[in-house]
Amino acid sequence: MYGQGLIKGLSVTFSRFFESYTEDIRWLFKRYSKVEFHSSKDTRGTFTIQYPEERLIIPEEFRYVPFLVYDEGENGEKNIRCTSCGICAKACPPQCIWIVRTSDPVTGRPLPQPAEFYIDADICMNCGFCAEYCPFDAIKMDHDFEIASYTRNLLNKERLMKPASYYAGIRPKNNAREEAARAEKAAAKAAKP
Amino acid sequence: MESTHKSNMATPVLTETIDLAAKFPGRVTPDARPGYSGWMVAKEALVEVSTAIRDELGYDLLSNVTGVDYPEQSKLEVVYHVYKTTGGPALTFKTQTERVDPAEVPSLVSVWPGAELQEREAWDMFGIKFTGHPDLRRILMWEGFEGFPMRKDYKEPFHEEDNKPLKSRWPEGKHSYAEARNPYGDNIMFKPGFDPEKWTPTDPEEALYAALKKYKTEEKDGIKTDHIIVNMGPQHPSTHGVFRAVVVLDGETIVSLKPVMGYLHRNHEKIGERNTFLQNVPYTDRLDYFNSMYNAWPYALAVEKLMGLKVPERAEYIRVIMGELSRIQNHLILFGMLWNDLGAYFTPALYAFEERELILDIYEAVAGSRMMCNYQRFGGVVRDIDEANMKKIKDLVFERLPRKIEEFDRLLSENEIFVARMKGIGYLSPEDAVAYSVTGPTLRAAGIPYDIRRADPYGIYDRFEFDIPVRHNSDLLDRYLVRVDEIRQCLRILQQAVKQIPEGPFLAGKPQYQVRVPAGEVYGRVEAPKGELGFYVISTGKGNPYRYHIRTPSFINITSVEKMCVGTKIADFVTILGMVDIVLGELDR
Ligand code: SF4
Ligand code: SF4
Repeated sequence: MYGQGLIKGLSVTFSRFFESYTEDIRWLFKRYSKVEFHSSKDTRGTFTIQYPEERLIIPEEFRYVPFLVYDEGENGEKNIRCTSCGICAKACPPQCIWIVRTSDPVTGRPLPQPAEFYIDADICMNCGFCAEYCPFDAIKMDHDFEIASYTRNLLNKERLMKPASYYAGIRPKNNAREEAARAEKAAAKAAKP
Repeated sequence: MESTHKSNMATPVLTETIDLAAKFPGRVTPDARPGYSGWMVAKEALVEVSTAIRDELGYDLLSNVTGVDYPEQSKLEVVYHVYKTTGGPALTFKTQTERVDPAEVPSLVSVWPGAELQEREAWDMFGIKFTGHPDLRRILMWEGFEGFPMRKDYKEPFHEEDNKPLKSRWPEGKHSYAEARNPYGDNIMFKPGFDPEKWTPTDPEEALYAALKKYKTEEKDGIKTDHIIVNMGPQHPSTHGVFRAVVVLDGETIVSLKPVMGYLHRNHEKIGERNTFLQNVPYTDRLDYFNSMYNAWPYALAVEKLMGLKVPERAEYIRVIMGELSRIQNHLILFGMLWNDLGAYFTPALYAFEERELILDIYEAVAGSRMMCNYQRFGGVVRDIDEANMKKIKDLVFERLPRKIEEFDRLLSENEIFVARMKGIGYLSPEDAVAYSVTGPTLRAAGIPYDIRRADPYGIYDRFEFDIPVRHNSDLLDRYLVRVDEIRQCLRILQQAVKQIPEGPFLAGKPQYQVRVPAGEVYGRVEAPKGELGFYVISTGKGNPYRYHIRTPSFINITSVEKMCVGTKIADFVTILGMVDIVLGELDR
């Protein structure tokens, strides 16, 4: 019969349409958000969410413009982990990392600290190579993706620095793994005479 | 409806060795440079030899044509990779010409019409003049552009250094904006001696319009008729990006058509030759941005071949799992967007996007990004799929997707309007499809069971049981149905892969940001969702690839669009183009 295929297709659309209401009613009486349900295999009904009131869950591995990790000292001083070894600047595909190495004013020898550190976030392609290849866990990818601004995003050292506790908050599993590896290394070092 | 349309193509075992040098003494010699392979053909004999390669040896599919610049030897080289549609490895042959303008090489369009756009690209990028080419114009750059960008001595605006990493970044890395270093303070550069005041513009499109079939004024029933030219695009909703087609119409019927592209061109290959080997991986994500999981695979294959790396078992499985998920979501988007083109706005497209979202959620959780995955590394992948995500994949593969694909099938496949718009439209004969180097679902809808996963297996595809779906009418409906069948086969592969995946390492060796790639040339190719995706890489043992060329399916499949469109109505052009499944990031590179 002509039109059978059409009706078949429309029945799919209709059941979806109907479902979008029944699902809304179902969630009306639940207090927690349905965002989690969204990424499960059983999701049905309206698929879109009301950003920014509702937000999708950001997985741990999600990566956005990097930041520099510092450890908080006892008196609140910021001990930056970066040693200005330059590996991230060399690995960066669009070459958007600029680092000025500190040198000892007397001897002229390089010191393990960056004097200046810039990331041009407008050029950064969020590839994550800097975080992947940094040997000191000093640069990590962020979760903060809402960086729209009226000016260009040239991030300097001040703007890039974030505490280690923040890092542990956004990437708990990675942090735990790295801490363990560092502890192991330190133990091995201590064991050596 | 699936079972009757498949072909169990076996992987051919090729043992014959071809000695072209003995066949054409004096005109063909083996390419003896260390790390290179294939044959060097004298350019005078090129057409004769390639005709013999096609007709006598049976290499009917011209896969890849590209130029290479050797300023030290003062040579320009053209490299050809040809395959048999019955399967098997490539036959590579090359020809060289002096590096003086005009550098001339005979065109092979008369042997393989699929060379048309690729030769235009080589002309545009290297300035190799293909004598006998029917329509040799610039293709990615605009007419009037000065210089040939892929030549080694070409320097682009803001050129700082030949290769990355740039010395200005460390240890004295004071940030400066690129435009501040430009004498004009703007993102432009003029050729030396150029004076904007004295410049008189010429019409850069003249050659394009001249390439179309001519107007002809006729009298029909006492009324004067004329052909008209319509420019579809570059800003046109149906071209899915900045693609333009110039169409000559007789009434509503298409008489002649020329694709115009390059609006999204950024010279990916030049950037790639400046990058280190590893730095190219995230850039490949920007080619076909719907399938970034698949794009870096052939590149990784090529570089791994040069390095002699063995990929661990688990990584091979992960690549297959991620790749096949990518194929599913690619076809789903295509269906959704196809309905948009046909006038059913966004309902099917958003249904398709739901399933795609779930797949992208997995990408995000595993690779870190939904579209710019940056997941492949040389010798494996960057991160393992953990328990939780594996469970998600299993849920999708065993439960949700099979159900949803059937729902999609119910929604679309039998719809009478849909069928009426698709059946018998856009016919391309199987002979033409092969001659025009068409690959992917379009070729399989023409009855040719050519799928690289079977024809020339890579990774671990030889372990899985699956069919190559084939249809025989070679119209739009068949191209749609082949893809539906293909999704079902993807699910079959996925179901086997998630069951079989072993534990173990997911990356060979230690992660390294500078890899040592021995000198040599290599061509790596895969069956990407849109067709054959190949990377031609030459290494000289340094940190950067000497040549980095990408054979993209979108670009080469476009060659046949004119053939499919002539004689159909202008409204069908939109659907035909949609079904070729182009994506502009890959088309324009
Ligand atoms: S962030 Fe890491 S890789 Fe970059 S300079 Fe500092 S220590 Fe080296
Ligand atoms: S994420 Fe990639 S592009 Fe961005 S700073 Fe790091 S290495 Fe460079």
